[in-house]
Amino acid sequence: MNRAIARARRARERSRSNVSVDGRLLSKALDTSHRAILYLEDVSVSFDGFRALNRLSLTVDDGELRCVIGPNGAGKTTMMDVITGKTQPDEGRVYFGQTIDLTRMSEPEIAGAGIGRKFQKPTVFEHHTVFENLELAMKADKRVASTLFARLDSAARDRILQTLELIRLVADAKRLAGLLSHGQKQWLEIGMLLMQEPRLLLLDEPVAGMTDEETVRSAELFLELAGEYTLIVVEHDMDFVARIADRVSVLHEGRVLAEGSMHQVQQHEQVIEVFLGR
Amino acid sequence: MRPEPIGAGFVPLERSRGFALLGSAAGAGAATWFYVIAALVVLVAFPVGNLVVPQGSALHVSDYAVTLGGKIMCYAIVAMAMDLIWGYAGILSLGHGLFFALGGYAMGMYLMRSIGHDGVYHSDLPDFMVFLDWKAYPWYWRFTEHFWYAAMLVVLVPGVLAFAFGYFAFRSRIKGVYFSIITQALTYAAMLLFFRNDTGFGGNNGFTDFKRILGYPITAPATRIVLFCTTGAVLLACLALCRALVSSKLGRVLTAIRDAESRVMFSGYNPLHFKLFVWTISAVICGIAGALYVPQVGIINPGEMSPANSIEIAIWTAVGGRGTLIGPVLGAAAVNLGKSWFTQALPEYWLYALGLIFVVVTLFLPYGLAGLFRRRAA
Repeated sequence: MNRAIARARRARERSRSNVSVDGRLLSKALDTSHRAILYLEDVSVSFDGFRALNRLSLTVDDGELRCVIGPNGAGKTTMMDVITGKTQPDEGRVYFGQTIDLTRMSEPEIAGAGIGRKFQKPTVFEHHTVFENLELAMKADKRVASTLFARLDSAARDRILQTLELIRLVADAKRLAGLLSHGQKQWLEIGMLLMQEPRLLLLDEPVAGMTDEETVRSAELFLELAGEYTLIVVEHDMDFVARIADRVSVLHEGRVLAEGSMHQVQQHEQVIEVFLGR
Repeated sequence: MRPEPIGAGFVPLERSRGFALLGSAAGAGAATWFYVIAALVVLVAFPVGNLVVPQGSALHVSDYAVTLGGKIMCYAIVAMAMDLIWGYAGILSLGHGLFFALGGYAMGMYLMRSIGHDGVYHSDLPDFMVFLDWKAYPWYWRFTEHFWYAAMLVVLVPGVLAFAFGYFAFRSRIKGVYFSIITQALTYAAMLLFFRNDTGFGGNNGFTDFKRILGYPITAPATRIVLFCTTGAVLLACLALCRALVSSKLGRVLTAIRDAESRVMFSGYNPLHFKLFVWTISAVICGIAGALYVPQVGIINPGEMSPANSIEIAIWTAVGGRGTLIGPVLGAAAVNLGKSWFTQALPEYWLYALGLIFVVVTLFLPYGLAGLFRRRAA
């Protein structure tokens, strides 16, 4: 698997230099000179009077594997919606690197800038084959005309094969994605994210519904991806979080309650209260 | 052996192997044969049968059959355009009759101008304008005496309207049944507008009594055969165009939008642009079909914009089989042949029969008539 990742990495570096991207996005390259790749500052979101996010501030460093935990309704999914442009914050600032203001961008623009998102429920194109799913996700000029005349060259084919190896779906490449098992769909979706060559991956409950073996495999995969990519993982499975997390942020009532290593947050008074309901 | 996951029984139609006959990538050879045979029937059998084979011979093709065949091919083009947006992109329009009618009206304007002084009042103006005591053509009738200009309108009017309407609807992320209802309202509003006499399109009666097209008498057998063959050629060209569209990467993005639009967005595609593109193409194809329809049936009136007509288009497509392109062509032909038989033999029962067809297809043929081919192959 290490070899597959290294090969995927090399291919990515090659393709970064020659893939043409929408001009607007290219003009604002990602600037992580201050180490941080994502800043949320005093972000608030209300739905009909309910404050889903309440002056949330969060900073994630480039290459970090950050886990976000918290009880239901703590604002985890809303936070992802704000980062990916699905929800506009009422106030606050959201920056990708030093210069890219995410609050001014649409979902496809944010995806093109290098943020990939995996949904809670695995969302793949069920009536397309596994191969086609990866083809559609692959980084490319995604405007109408270039999509209409797009041809798959051998370099692109190789990249898809490498990703198939990484997510262990080589044998299923020609099957319809709708026929995959739940865990396989989760991996396919992660593979699709990787095809986009993102810098930041947002993973909403990536191991939900996976078998124990699949969960272990996922943990290995995420640990290898960290460093090359920045990962933010929202997860309920505490064992899984303990296994992979560098740093953990605990969300509660729309703000960060505690932050630190898994061990530190487990000792935190308020965290214990919130989770055990004392 | 891995246990089959839930949903394994469902295989989307367009991927099944038996369907190669109808033009999927794997069956390119069979598809070519299909096109060749269809082209021979349309471009050789009908003209020869109508013009050369003497009347009374068993092989003679009657004028009625030529007109009916031409009409049905126009409907088939519309059904295919509907399939492009409904079957592939998941956008159900219940207002596609509007684009068809607009193309028809654009052609109708030219045909009205070609009547010249042969109308009832022998005036420069069409009879309905004389009747309204108008002294000159309104501004939007300018240049319509030129065929090239009318042909341009045939493409531009439905295209621009669809683009503008689609832009606002898709930008506001209006989807599903809401979108269908709005398109229905749109065609209804247009129908009311065209029913008015002061709109300048002949009101209730629309345009009729055409005399000639491009200088040739419009009812002459040779003219009718040329119109018939043109329609057949356009049908095959549209089929090839739509096939190319849906088998490109763009086609895969469209079906992806149909199945999981949010994933498409987070993959970096802007669904608005893709929907708008295919929606506008679909409307333009409908407009062209309308323009071919009017000289063959000899009339265009606001009835073509009635909501029921647009719903019927959706029925042809569903009966034929969505997401197959060729299915809707079969569906349009089958339903309309049924309709013309019923309206002669049992006129009062046609709507019941139509309802029954729809129920039977929904219950027993989820993939429509096109699904029959697949079942037999499987």
